[in-house]
Amino acid sequence: MNNESRPYTLIAELTYRCPLRCPYCSNPLDFAEHGNEIDTDTWLRVFQEAEELGVVQLNLTGGEPLLRNDLERLIEEARKIDLYTNLITSGIPLTFERLSRLRALGLDSVQVSVQSARPSVSDRIAGVPSFNRKLDVMRWVTSLDLPLTMNVVLHRENISEINEFIALAERVSADRLELANTQYLGWALKNRSALLPTREQIERARTVAAEAKARLRGSMEVLFVTPDYYTDYPKSCMEGWGRRFIVVNPEGLALPCHLAHTIPGLRFEHVTQRRLGDIWHHSAGFNRFRGEDWLPDPCRTCERRVLDFGGCRCQAFHVLGDAGMADPACSLAPGHDFIESARAQAGRTTGVPVLFEYRTGRGRSAR
Amino acid sequence: MTLTTIRPRFSPKVRLRFDRRTGRHLLLYPETGLQLNHTATVIARLCTGEWTVDDMVEQLTQAYGDVSPDEIRREMCEFLDVLSHRGLLQGMA
Repeated sequence: MNNESRPYTLIAELTYRCPLRCPYCSNPLDFAEHGNEIDTDTWLRVFQEAEELGVVQLNLTGGEPLLRNDLERLIEEARKIDLYTNLITSGIPLTFERLSRLRALGLDSVQVSVQSARPSVSDRIAGVPSFNRKLDVMRWVTSLDLPLTMNVVLHRENISEINEFIALAERVSADRLELANTQYLGWALKNRSALLPTREQIERARTVAAEAKARLRGSMEVLFVTPDYYTDYPKSCMEGWGRRFIVVNPEGLALPCHLAHTIPGLRFEHVTQRRLGDIWHHSAGFNRFRGEDWLPDPCRTCERRVLDFGGCRCQAFHVLGDAGMADPACSLAPGHDFIESARAQAGRTTGVPVLFEYRTGRGRSAR
Repeated sequence: MTLTTIRPRFSPKVRLRFDRRTGRHLLLYPETGLQLNHTATVIARLCTGEWTVDDMVEQLTQAYGDVSPDEIRREMCEFLDVLSHRGLLQGMA
Protein backbone atom coordinates (compact mmCIF):
# COMPACT_ATOMS: atom_id res chain seq x y z
CA MET A 1 0.00 0.00 0.00
CA ASN A 2 1.43 3.37 -0.83
CA ASN A 3 1.21 6.18 1.64
CA GLU A 4 -1.08 8.09 -0.73
CA SER A 5 -4.06 5.97 0.22
CA ARG A 6 -3.73 4.92 3.82
CA PRO A 7 -6.73 5.36 6.07
CA TYR A 8 -5.87 6.87 9.42
CA THR A 9 -9.44 7.26 10.65
CA LEU A 10 -12.42 4.96 10.77
CA ILE A 11 -15.70 6.81 11.13
CA ALA A 12 -18.06 4.26 12.64
CA GLU A 13 -21.64 5.44 12.25
CA LEU A 14 -23.16 3.13 14.81
CA THR A 15 -26.77 4.13 14.24
CA TYR A 16 -28.92 6.68 12.43
CA ARG A 17 -31.23 6.83 15.44
CA CYS A 18 -31.06 10.10 17.35
CA PRO A 19 -33.19 11.82 19.96
CA LEU A 20 -32.38 15.18 18.32
CA ARG A 21 -33.69 16.33 14.95
CA CYS A 22 -31.47 19.16 13.81
CA PRO A 23 -32.42 20.61 10.44
CA TYR A 24 -28.84 20.42 9.12
CA CYS A 25 -28.33 16.78 10.02
CA SER A 26 -25.72 15.20 7.76
CA ASN A 27 -27.40 11.82 7.74
CA PRO A 28 -28.99 10.84 4.42
CA LEU A 29 -32.49 12.23 3.84
CA ASP A 30 -33.88 8.72 3.61
CA PHE A 31 -32.15 7.50 6.76
CA ALA A 32 -35.43 6.28 8.16
CA GLU A 33 -35.77 3.86 5.25
CA HIS A 34 -32.53 2.15 6.13
CA GLY A 35 -32.58 -1.37 7.45
CA ASN A 36 -30.93 -3.13 10.31
CA GLU A 37 -27.84 -2.01 12.16
CA ILE A 38 -24.84 -4.32 12.06
CA ASP A 39 -24.18 -6.20 15.28
CA THR A 40 -21.44 -6.00 17.88
CA ASP A 41 -19.31 -8.81 16.48
CA THR A 42 -19.35 -7.31 13.02
CA TRP A 43 -18.22 -3.95 14.37
CA LEU A 44 -15.41 -5.60 16.33
CA ARG A 45 -14.21 -7.35 13.19
CA VAL A 46 -14.39 -4.06 11.28
CA PHE A 47 -12.26 -2.35 13.94
CA GLN A 48 -9.69 -5.13 13.67
CA GLU A 49 -9.62 -4.99 9.87
CA ALA A 50 -9.38 -1.21 9.95
CA GLU A 51 -6.44 -1.37 12.34
CA GLU A 52 -4.71 -3.80 9.99
CA LEU A 53 -5.17 -1.27 7.18
CA GLY A 54 -3.41 1.42 9.21
CA VAL A 55 -6.30 3.10 11.02
CA VAL A 56 -5.28 4.63 14.36
CA GLN A 57 -8.24 6.93 15.09
CA LEU A 58 -11.75 5.65 15.69
CA ASN A 59 -14.68 8.06 15.65
CA LEU A 60 -17.82 6.58 17.15
CA THR A 61 -20.68 8.59 15.76
CA GLY A 62 -24.17 8.36 14.30
CA GLY A 63 -26.96 9.41 14.69
CA GLU A 64 -26.42 9.16 18.40
CA PRO A 65 -23.87 6.47 19.32
CA LEU A 66 -25.05 6.47 22.96
CA LEU A 67 -28.20 4.70 21.78
CA ARG A 68 -26.13 1.56 21.10
CA ASN A 69 -26.14 -0.53 24.25
CA ASP A 70 -22.96 -2.31 23.16
CA LEU A 71 -20.96 0.94 23.21
CA GLU A 72 -19.08 -0.26 26.30
CA ARG A 73 -17.92 -3.41 24.56
CA LEU A 74 -16.94 -1.55 21.38
CA ILE A 75 -14.80 0.93 23.31
CA GLU A 76 -13.20 -1.79 25.41
CA GLU A 77 -12.18 -3.82 22.37
CA ALA A 78 -11.01 -0.76 20.41
CA ARG A 79 -8.68 0.07 23.26
CA LYS A 80 -7.22 -3.42 23.19
CA ILE A 81 -6.03 -2.85 19.64
CA ASP A 82 -4.66 0.59 20.54
CA LEU A 83 -7.15 2.69 18.59
CA TYR A 84 -7.61 6.28 19.81
CA THR A 85 -11.33 6.38 20.45
CA ASN A 86 -13.39 9.54 20.04
CA LEU A 87 -17.05 9.62 21.00
CA ILE A 88 -18.96 12.10 18.83
CA THR A 89 -22.21 12.73 20.64
CA SER A 90 -25.09 15.04 21.39
CA GLY A 91 -24.71 14.00 25.03
CA ILE A 92 -28.27 12.69 25.07
CA PRO A 93 -29.01 10.26 26.72
CA LEU A 94 -26.10 9.90 29.13
CA THR A 95 -25.42 9.60 32.84
CA PHE A 96 -22.25 10.41 34.73
CA GLU A 97 -21.99 6.75 35.70
CA ARG A 98 -22.07 5.57 32.12
CA LEU A 99 -19.51 8.14 31.00
CA SER A 100 -17.20 7.09 33.87
CA ARG A 101 -17.56 3.50 32.77
CA LEU A 102 -16.76 4.36 29.14
CA ARG A 103 -13.68 6.22 30.27
CA ALA A 104 -12.54 3.32 32.45
CA LEU A 105 -12.93 1.01 29.47
CA GLY A 106 -10.64 3.14 27.33
CA LEU A 107 -12.52 6.05 25.81
CA ASP A 108 -9.97 8.72 24.81
CA SER A 109 -11.96 11.84 23.96
CA VAL A 110 -15.47 13.21 23.71
CA GLN A 111 -16.96 15.65 21.26
CA VAL A 112 -20.26 17.24 22.30
CA SER A 113 -22.38 19.20 19.85
CA VAL A 114 -24.09 22.39 20.95
CA GLN A 115 -26.79 23.94 18.76
CA SER A 116 -26.78 27.39 20.32
CA ALA A 117 -25.24 29.07 23.37
CA ARG A 118 -28.76 30.15 24.36
CA PRO A 119 -30.85 27.41 25.99
CA SER A 120 -34.15 28.21 24.29
CA VAL A 121 -32.62 28.59 20.83
CA SER A 122 -30.55 25.45 21.26
CA ASP A 123 -33.60 23.45 22.24
CA ARG A 124 -35.60 24.79 19.32
CA ILE A 125 -32.87 23.95 16.79
CA ALA A 126 -32.36 20.49 18.26
CA GLY A 127 -36.12 20.01 18.26
CA VAL A 128 -36.08 18.71 21.85
CA PRO A 129 -35.10 20.15 25.25
CA SER A 130 -31.44 19.23 25.56
CA PHE A 131 -29.27 22.26 26.30
CA ASN A 132 -29.03 21.96 30.07
CA ARG A 133 -28.16 18.31 29.88
CA LYS A 134 -25.43 19.09 27.33
CA LEU A 135 -23.90 21.52 29.82
CA ASP A 136 -23.91 18.80 32.46
CA VAL A 137 -22.34 16.33 30.05
CA MET A 138 -19.55 18.73 29.09
CA ARG A 139 -18.76 19.30 32.76
CA TRP A 140 -18.75 15.55 33.40
CA VAL A 141 -16.31 15.06 30.52
CA THR A 142 -13.78 17.52 31.87
CA SER A 143 -14.29 16.41 35.49
CA LEU A 144 -13.23 12.94 34.35
CA ASP A 145 -10.11 14.46 32.76
CA LEU A 146 -11.25 13.49 29.30
CA PRO A 147 -10.39 15.97 26.52
CA LEU A 148 -13.56 17.76 25.45
CA THR A 149 -14.26 19.08 21.98
CA MET A 150 -17.23 21.40 21.84
CA ASN A 151 -18.66 21.30 18.35
CA VAL A 152 -20.97 23.92 16.94
CA VAL A 153 -22.53 23.74 13.53
CA LEU A 154 -22.85 27.37 12.51
CA HIS A 155 -25.62 28.75 10.38
CA ARG A 156 -27.56 31.94 9.89
CA GLU A 157 -29.46 31.75 13.13
CA ASN A 158 -26.62 31.05 15.57
CA ILE A 159 -23.55 32.55 13.88
CA SER A 160 -24.02 35.88 15.64
CA GLU A 161 -23.51 34.05 18.95
CA ILE A 162 -19.87 33.44 18.15
CA ASN A 163 -18.61 35.27 21.25
CA GLU A 164 -21.04 33.35 23.43
CA PHE A 165 -19.85 30.03 21.99
CA ILE A 166 -16.25 30.90 22.76
CA ALA A 167 -17.16 31.99 26.30
CA LEU A 168 -19.14 28.80 26.83
CA ALA A 169 -16.25 26.64 25.60
CA GLU A 170 -13.93 28.43 28.00
CA ARG A 171 -16.40 28.03 30.84
CA VAL A 172 -16.62 24.27 30.39
CA SER A 173 -12.82 24.05 29.87
CA ALA A 174 -13.04 22.60 26.39
CA ASP A 175 -9.83 21.37 24.88
CA ARG A 176 -11.02 22.20 21.37
CA LEU A 177 -13.77 24.35 19.95
CA GLU A 178 -14.93 23.44 16.47
CA LEU A 179 -16.87 26.21 14.82
CA ALA A 180 -17.91 24.36 11.72
CA ASN A 181 -20.18 25.98 9.23
CA THR A 182 -22.95 23.83 7.87
CA GLN A 183 -22.07 21.73 4.85
CA TYR A 184 -24.93 22.13 2.41
CA LEU A 185 -25.69 18.51 1.71
CA GLY A 186 -28.45 16.22 2.93
CA TRP A 187 -30.92 17.93 5.26
CA ALA A 188 -28.89 21.14 5.17
CA LEU A 189 -29.21 21.47 1.39
CA LYS A 190 -32.95 21.03 1.77
CA ASN A 191 -32.93 23.81 4.38
CA ARG A 192 -30.25 25.92 2.78
CA SER A 193 -32.16 29.13 2.33
CA ALA A 194 -32.94 29.16 6.06
CA LEU A 195 -29.38 28.27 7.05
CA LEU A 196 -26.87 29.98 4.78
CA PRO A 197 -25.36 33.05 6.49
CA THR A 198 -24.53 36.26 4.66
CA ARG A 199 -20.97 37.18 3.74
CA GLU A 200 -20.96 39.86 6.45
CA GLN A 201 -21.98 37.33 9.09
CA ILE A 202 -19.20 34.99 8.01
CA GLU A 203 -16.56 37.71 7.99
CA ARG A 204 -17.51 38.93 11.44
CA ALA A 205 -17.47 35.42 12.89
CA ARG A 206 -14.17 34.62 11.25
CA THR A 207 -12.55 37.70 12.76
CA VAL A 208 -13.80 36.89 16.25
CA ALA A 209 -12.68 33.26 15.92
CA ALA A 210 -9.21 34.30 14.74
CA GLU A 211 -8.81 36.57 17.76
CA ALA A 212 -9.86 33.76 20.13
CA LYS A 213 -7.55 31.32 18.40
CA ALA A 214 -4.56 33.59 19.01
CA ARG A 215 -5.57 34.40 22.58
CA LEU A 216 -6.19 30.78 23.59
CA ARG A 217 -3.33 29.16 21.74
CA GLY A 218 -1.87 26.29 23.76
CA SER A 219 -4.86 25.95 26.09
CA MET A 220 -7.80 25.61 23.72
CA GLU A 221 -7.67 24.95 20.02
CA VAL A 222 -10.15 27.06 18.09
CA LEU A 223 -11.09 25.83 14.63
CA PHE A 224 -13.22 27.91 12.32
CA VAL A 225 -14.38 26.22 9.16
CA THR A 226 -15.62 28.68 6.55
CA PRO A 227 -18.54 27.36 4.52
CA ASP A 228 -17.32 26.49 1.05
CA TYR A 229 -20.09 28.68 -0.38
CA TYR A 230 -17.88 31.61 0.70
CA THR A 231 -14.43 30.36 -0.20
CA ASP A 232 -12.94 30.81 -3.65
CA TYR A 233 -11.79 27.23 -3.74
CA PRO A 234 -13.43 24.00 -2.65
CA LYS A 235 -12.68 22.18 0.55
CA SER A 236 -10.36 19.22 0.56
CA CYS A 237 -13.30 16.91 1.13
CA MET A 238 -12.31 13.98 3.38
CA GLU A 239 -8.70 14.89 2.47
CA GLY A 240 -9.29 13.14 -0.83
CA TRP A 241 -11.63 10.33 -1.87
CA GLY A 242 -10.56 6.98 -0.40
CA ARG A 243 -7.33 8.44 0.87
CA ARG A 244 -7.43 9.03 4.65
CA PHE A 245 -10.91 8.06 5.90
CA ILE A 246 -13.22 5.09 5.86
CA VAL A 247 -16.83 5.51 6.87
CA VAL A 248 -18.84 2.46 7.80
CA ASN A 249 -22.51 3.29 8.04
CA PRO A 250 -25.04 1.73 10.42
CA GLU A 251 -25.92 -1.02 7.93
CA GLY A 252 -22.30 -1.91 7.31
CA LEU A 253 -21.78 -0.17 4.00
CA ALA A 254 -18.13 0.94 3.67
CA LEU A 255 -17.81 4.40 2.14
CA PRO A 256 -15.23 7.10 1.34
CA CYS A 257 -17.56 9.67 2.95
CA HIS A 258 -20.81 9.45 4.85
CA LEU A 259 -22.93 10.50 1.85
CA ALA A 260 -21.04 8.75 -0.96
CA HIS A 261 -23.83 6.21 -1.41
CA THR A 262 -26.26 9.01 -2.26
CA ILE A 263 -24.40 9.33 -5.57
CA PRO A 264 -26.13 7.07 -8.09
CA GLY A 265 -24.12 4.67 -10.19
CA LEU A 266 -21.37 4.01 -7.67
CA ARG A 267 -20.98 0.53 -6.28
CA PHE A 268 -20.17 0.20 -2.60
CA GLU A 269 -19.90 -2.93 -0.55
CA HIS A 270 -20.93 -4.19 2.86
CA VAL A 271 -18.46 -5.22 5.52
CA THR A 272 -20.62 -8.27 6.09
CA GLN A 273 -19.81 -9.49 2.58
CA ARG A 274 -16.18 -8.57 2.05
CA ARG A 275 -13.15 -7.77 4.17
CA LEU A 276 -12.59 -4.08 4.77
CA GLY A 277 -9.07 -4.27 3.32
CA ASP A 278 -10.40 -5.69 0.05
CA ILE A 279 -13.10 -3.04 -0.11
CA TRP A 280 -10.63 -0.25 0.56
CA HIS A 281 -8.17 -1.39 -2.10
CA HIS A 282 -10.35 -2.95 -4.76
CA SER A 283 -13.95 -1.81 -4.67
CA ALA A 284 -15.11 0.17 -7.68
CA GLY A 285 -16.68 2.83 -5.47
CA PHE A 286 -13.49 3.56 -3.54
CA ASN A 287 -11.43 3.67 -6.72
CA ARG A 288 -13.84 5.79 -8.75
CA PHE A 289 -12.49 9.20 -7.64
CA ARG A 290 -9.10 8.18 -6.30
CA GLY A 291 -5.92 9.75 -7.56
CA GLU A 292 -5.88 12.14 -10.51
CA ASP A 293 -6.91 10.10 -13.54
CA TRP A 294 -10.60 10.86 -13.12
CA LEU A 295 -10.13 14.64 -12.70
CA PRO A 296 -12.31 16.85 -14.91
CA ASP A 297 -11.46 20.26 -16.32
CA PRO A 298 -10.41 22.67 -14.94
CA CYS A 299 -8.99 20.54 -12.06
CA ARG A 300 -6.93 18.32 -14.35
CA THR A 301 -4.34 21.02 -14.98
CA CYS A 302 -4.93 23.13 -11.87
CA GLU A 303 -2.06 23.36 -9.43
CA ARG A 304 -4.54 23.25 -6.54
CA ARG A 305 -5.55 19.67 -7.38
CA VAL A 306 -3.01 18.38 -4.85
CA LEU A 307 -4.68 20.51 -2.17
CA ASP A 308 -8.37 19.93 -2.76
CA PHE A 309 -8.52 16.80 -4.96
CA GLY A 310 -11.31 18.41 -7.01
CA GLY A 311 -13.44 19.12 -3.93
CA CYS A 312 -16.59 17.38 -2.80
CA ARG A 313 -18.09 14.71 -5.08
CA CYS A 314 -21.43 14.77 -3.27
CA GLN A 315 -21.71 18.52 -3.76
CA ALA A 316 -20.95 18.16 -7.48
CA PHE A 317 -23.70 15.59 -7.72
CA HIS A 318 -26.32 17.22 -5.51
CA VAL A 319 -25.82 20.66 -7.07
CA LEU A 320 -24.88 19.88 -10.67
CA GLY A 321 -26.22 16.36 -11.06
CA ASP A 322 -22.83 14.95 -12.02
CA ALA A 323 -20.40 13.67 -9.37
CA GLY A 324 -17.59 13.64 -11.92
CA MET A 325 -17.59 17.42 -12.36
CA ALA A 326 -15.47 19.92 -10.45
CA ASP A 327 -16.98 20.99 -7.13
CA PRO A 328 -19.15 24.03 -7.97
CA ALA A 329 -17.88 25.74 -4.80
CA CYS A 330 -14.74 26.46 -6.85
CA SER A 331 -14.80 29.87 -8.52
CA LEU A 332 -13.04 28.32 -11.52
CA ALA A 333 -15.63 25.58 -11.98
CA PRO A 334 -18.54 25.51 -14.40
CA GLY A 335 -21.72 25.64 -12.33
CA HIS A 336 -20.28 28.09 -9.83
CA ASP A 337 -23.13 30.48 -10.70
CA PHE A 338 -25.42 28.21 -8.68
CA ILE A 339 -23.34 28.93 -5.57
CA GLU A 340 -23.23 32.62 -6.41
CA SER A 341 -27.00 32.81 -6.67
CA ALA A 342 -27.41 31.01 -3.32
CA ARG A 343 -25.09 33.63 -1.79
CA ALA A 344 -27.07 36.44 -3.38
CA GLN A 345 -30.28 34.96 -2.05
CA ALA A 346 -28.76 34.80 1.46
CA GLY A 347 -27.98 38.53 1.19
CA ARG A 348 -31.54 39.38 0.13
CA THR A 349 -33.34 37.39 2.81
CA THR A 350 -31.53 38.81 5.82
CA GLY A 351 -33.97 39.22 8.66
CA VAL A 352 -36.58 36.90 7.20
CA PRO A 353 -37.83 34.52 9.89
CA VAL A 354 -36.18 31.14 9.70
CA LEU A 355 -38.32 28.14 8.94
CA PHE A 356 -36.78 24.73 9.30
CA GLU A 357 -37.94 21.46 7.99
CA TYR A 358 -37.04 19.18 10.85
CA ARG A 359 -35.28 15.94 10.32
CA THR A 360 -37.96 13.33 10.76
CA GLY A 361 -38.24 9.63 10.37
CA ARG A 362 -39.20 6.30 11.74
CA GLY A 363 -37.38 5.29 14.89
CA ARG A 364 -37.13 8.83 16.19
CA SER A 365 -38.10 9.26 19.76
CA ALA A 366 -41.03 11.63 20.23
CA ARG A 367 -39.49 13.29 23.28
CA MET B 1 10.16 28.57 24.95
CA THR B 2 13.33 29.88 26.53
CA LEU B 3 13.21 28.37 30.01
CA THR B 4 15.43 25.35 29.97
CA THR B 5 14.73 24.22 33.49
CA ILE B 6 11.14 23.26 32.80
CA ARG B 7 10.31 19.57 32.57
CA PRO B 8 8.17 18.89 29.48
CA ARG B 9 5.41 16.39 29.99
CA PHE B 10 2.62 15.32 27.67
CA SER B 11 -0.94 16.19 28.46
CA PRO B 12 -2.96 13.08 29.42
CA LYS B 13 -4.86 13.23 26.13
CA VAL B 14 -1.71 12.41 24.14
CA ARG B 15 -0.80 8.85 23.27
CA LEU B 16 2.55 7.87 21.76
CA ARG B 17 2.09 4.84 19.57
CA PHE B 18 4.30 2.74 17.33
CA ASP B 19 3.08 2.62 13.74
CA ARG B 20 4.00 -0.74 12.32
CA ARG B 21 3.13 0.35 8.78
CA THR B 22 5.91 2.94 8.70
CA GLY B 23 8.16 1.81 11.54
CA ARG B 24 7.78 5.29 12.99
CA HIS B 25 5.91 6.61 15.96
CA LEU B 26 2.68 8.58 16.04
CA LEU B 27 1.49 11.09 18.60
CA LEU B 28 -2.24 10.65 18.79
CA TYR B 29 -4.64 13.17 20.29
CA PRO B 30 -8.33 13.94 19.77
CA GLU B 31 -9.38 13.07 16.23
CA THR B 32 -5.90 13.55 14.75
CA GLY B 33 -2.20 12.95 15.22
CA LEU B 34 1.38 13.71 14.23
CA GLN B 35 3.81 11.39 12.54
CA LEU B 36 7.22 11.64 14.20
CA ASN B 37 10.65 11.17 12.70
CA HIS B 38 13.34 9.39 14.65
CA THR B 39 14.67 12.42 16.52
CA ALA B 40 11.18 13.63 17.41
CA THR B 41 10.43 10.17 18.80
CA VAL B 42 13.52 10.28 20.99
CA ILE B 43 12.45 13.70 22.28
CA ALA B 44 8.84 12.59 22.75
CA ARG B 45 9.97 9.64 24.86
CA LEU B 46 11.74 12.07 27.18
CA CYS B 47 8.63 14.22 27.71
CA THR B 48 7.71 12.42 30.92
CA GLY B 49 8.00 15.31 33.35
CA GLU B 50 11.17 13.76 34.69
CA TRP B 51 13.73 15.56 32.51
CA THR B 52 14.48 19.24 32.05
CA VAL B 53 15.14 20.60 28.58
CA ASP B 54 18.81 20.81 29.58
CA ASP B 55 18.80 17.13 30.54
CA MET B 56 17.14 16.26 27.25
CA VAL B 57 19.69 18.22 25.25
CA GLU B 58 22.48 16.43 27.06
CA GLN B 59 20.99 13.01 26.39
CA LEU B 60 20.54 13.75 22.71
CA THR B 61 24.02 15.21 22.41
CA GLN B 62 25.41 11.94 23.71
CA ALA B 63 23.28 9.94 21.30
CA TYR B 64 24.17 12.11 18.28
CA GLY B 65 27.88 12.79 18.75
CA ASP B 66 28.22 14.57 15.40
CA VAL B 67 25.64 17.30 16.10
CA SER B 68 26.44 20.32 18.27
CA PRO B 69 24.47 20.87 21.50
CA ASP B 70 23.36 24.27 20.19
CA GLU B 71 21.91 22.71 17.08
CA ILE B 72 20.16 20.06 19.15
CA ARG B 73 18.80 22.64 21.56
CA ARG B 74 17.46 24.77 18.71
CA GLU B 75 15.71 21.84 17.05
CA MET B 76 14.34 20.53 20.31
CA CYS B 77 12.90 23.90 21.27
CA GLU B 78 11.27 24.19 17.85
CA PHE B 79 9.65 20.80 18.27
CA LEU B 80 8.55 21.51 21.84
CA ASP B 81 7.05 24.77 20.59
CA VAL B 82 5.00 22.87 18.04
CA LEU B 83 3.76 20.53 20.77
CA SER B 84 3.04 23.38 23.13
CA HIS B 85 1.10 25.41 20.57
CA ARG B 86 -1.04 22.39 19.87
CA GLY B 87 -1.79 22.10 23.56
CA LEU B 88 -0.04 18.73 23.81
CA LEU B 89 2.22 19.58 26.75
CA GLN B 90 0.96 19.94 30.26
CA GLY B 91 0.98 23.35 31.87
CA MET B 92 3.04 24.96 29.13
CA ALA B 93 0.46 27.06 27.37
